[in-house]
Amino acid sequence: MKIHEYQAKALLKQYGIPVVEGKIAFSPKDAFEIAKGISAKKWAVKAQIHAGGRGKAGGVKIVTSPAHAQKAAETILGKRLVTHQTGPEGIPVEKVWVEVSTDIAHEYYIGIALDRQKNAPVILASIEGGVEIEEVAKKTPEKICKLWMDPVMGLQPYQARLVAYALGFKEKWANEVSQILLALGRLFLEKDCSLVEINPFVLSQDGKVLALDAKINFDDNALFRHADIKNFRDITQEDPLEVQAGEHNLNYISLDGNIGCMVNGAGLAMATMDIIKFHGGSPANFLDVGGGASTEMVTAAFKILLAHTEVKGILVNIFGGIMKCDVIANGIVEAARGVKIQIPLVVRLEGTNVEAGRKILKESGLPIVTAETMAQAAEEIVKRV
Amino acid sequence: MSILVDKNTRVICQGITGSAGSFHTRQMVEYGTKMVAGVTPGKGGTNFEKIPIFDTVQEAVQKTQANASVIYVPAPFAADAILEAHAAGIKLIACITEGIPTLDMAKVKRVLQGTDTTLIGPNCPGIITPGECKIGIMPGYIHKPGSIGVISRSGTLTYEAVWQLTSLGLGQSTCIGIGGDPIIGTGYIELLELFEKDPQTEAVILIGEIGGSQEEIAAEYIREKFTKPVVAFISGTTAPSGKRMGHAGAIVSGGSGTAVSKIEALKAAGVTVCEGT
Repeated sequence: MKIHEYQAKALLKQYGIPVVEGKIAFSPKDAFEIAKGISAKKWAVKAQIHAGGRGKAGGVKIVTSPAHAQKAAETILGKRLVTHQTGPEGIPVEKVWVEVSTDIAHEYYIGIALDRQKNAPVILASIEGGVEIEEVAKKTPEKICKLWMDPVMGLQPYQARLVAYALGFKEKWANEVSQILLALGRLFLEKDCSLVEINPFVLSQDGKVLALDAKINFDDNALFRHADIKNFRDITQEDPLEVQAGEHNLNYISLDGNIGCMVNGAGLAMATMDIIKFHGGSPANFLDVGGGASTEMVTAAFKILLAHTEVKGILVNIFGGIMKCDVIANGIVEAARGVKIQIPLVVRLEGTNVEAGRKILKESGLPIVTAETMAQAAEEIVKRV
Repeated sequence: MSILVDKNTRVICQGITGSAGSFHTRQMVEYGTKMVAGVTPGKGGTNFEKIPIFDTVQEAVQKTQANASVIYVPAPFAADAILEAHAAGIKLIACITEGIPTLDMAKVKRVLQGTDTTLIGPNCPGIITPGECKIGIMPGYIHKPGSIGVISRSGTLTYEAVWQLTSLGLGQSTCIGIGGDPIIGTGYIELLELFEKDPQTEAVILIGEIGGSQEEIAAEYIREKFTKPVVAFISGTTAPSGKRMGHAGAIVSGGSGTAVSKIEALKAAGVTVCEGT
């Protein structure tokens, strides 16, 4: 799960990590009042969306008066911000964060991510902050310091010192930065994060170390034990169809093609998308109905597929293992009747009781095209859209 | 021969009284798997269709000499179940449960490191040696005894591949679903090492997907040490970056974990990679 910068900063603050003073604004008027209430010469007005690249996309403005802050908020709020991470449709901006603008002496990167090869969280730090860490890793890997955190013991003080010194911090700053890293390690483990990034982490011109931006992602599987984090969820930032699918325990992801897919199992669902592409078509979505697809779930799935306006045809690919094909076929027929599908529908069933399943589809009177193999199913649907 | 499990494997089911646990225990018994015990804390002393239930894995092992466990315990308690099985001396643990927190698995991995316990999964269909022993949720009848080893990160996609093999008359030695999570117990390499040593296995099918770099590392191993033919399939060529494709581990992030990189690595290692299906 993703959260906003302002929520991430609140968490950092809770762990004793220094952040700049600021507040969240829901309207231009709010922005005016907040700037007026914080004594400063310059303020930053920052769009709150679940994506990076806001600065370059015009979502961050530096202003010199409360009136100016209000104007900046007006230009950002209520619009959809398009960054290199959002896709062309962008994400709606419903809140802006107003904070004191910091004069920066140096920008660093610090982050913690999961290293799947080492089965442990990895601390990443770099003297090149304010840019994408993937770029730094590609061009100047020697500028990245990496250290692994034991998932049971947590980050150790000597490790934090190693990182602080590697970043060039001396004297009291080395100690301060070590403490920040230890706190970040605790946050990562205690809140079940999948990613924590402070980019940039800065040394200000007046000698303070600060988290100037913050990005924190959480492990969805661990949300059951973090009610506080769950409350941070902002569904305005998510694809509405994906939200709707989630409510039915369906795994759905929108894509930009025009062939809707309904499959059981994530691996088979991806393979189905791939084979559509292989035969010259383009998938409109990833949709995994799970192992035990009930009529209710199949109906919900059809509705979601049809709500995607680009969809010109649907391919259903089900491998009935424990689930029997005749049961699934009945579900498909009932669901298809219920939602009145007007576009081509190709169904490929395989597995237990497949003959009975295919018979049910054929005798349903619905214009369902049946296919025996995945390749054939893909060809049939591509031909029809 | 086969790898990891055969007709002598004595299996317990942790979570036998839950809906998935009881349904699949029946299926496993029907297939011929030696299900010797079940474990559900608080239900010790009762039975599940003639299978004795114990409160702890320790007791189940002492009374039944079990040497393998299959876990259907709900995600919040599954890591604890794995640790319990390991502590009781179970050498092969297949964890079917989906949705275990990643950091729970990181801790479990750290405990299992350097021990001789093999953990399959989590978030996987399990392991089967056709005709002898089925531990997990895969439909038994699609398999057929034979000489092809199958290793996969997926569930239904594995069934698809196994079914195509069986339909072609090609049987399988052992099929293992290693799981779709970012942190899993046993990876491709450990299993390829076992298949290399198994005289029954003549060739291996490797099914991978986007996310992580397990396939690239496996490709390296195959190039250097694996002598039997390998055929691979990687799903997720069309998956967008930054989105989890159902499996918690199936995500392309920061340009790494793409299908293209995996396919190229495998091809460079002499593996035949299927395009289309």
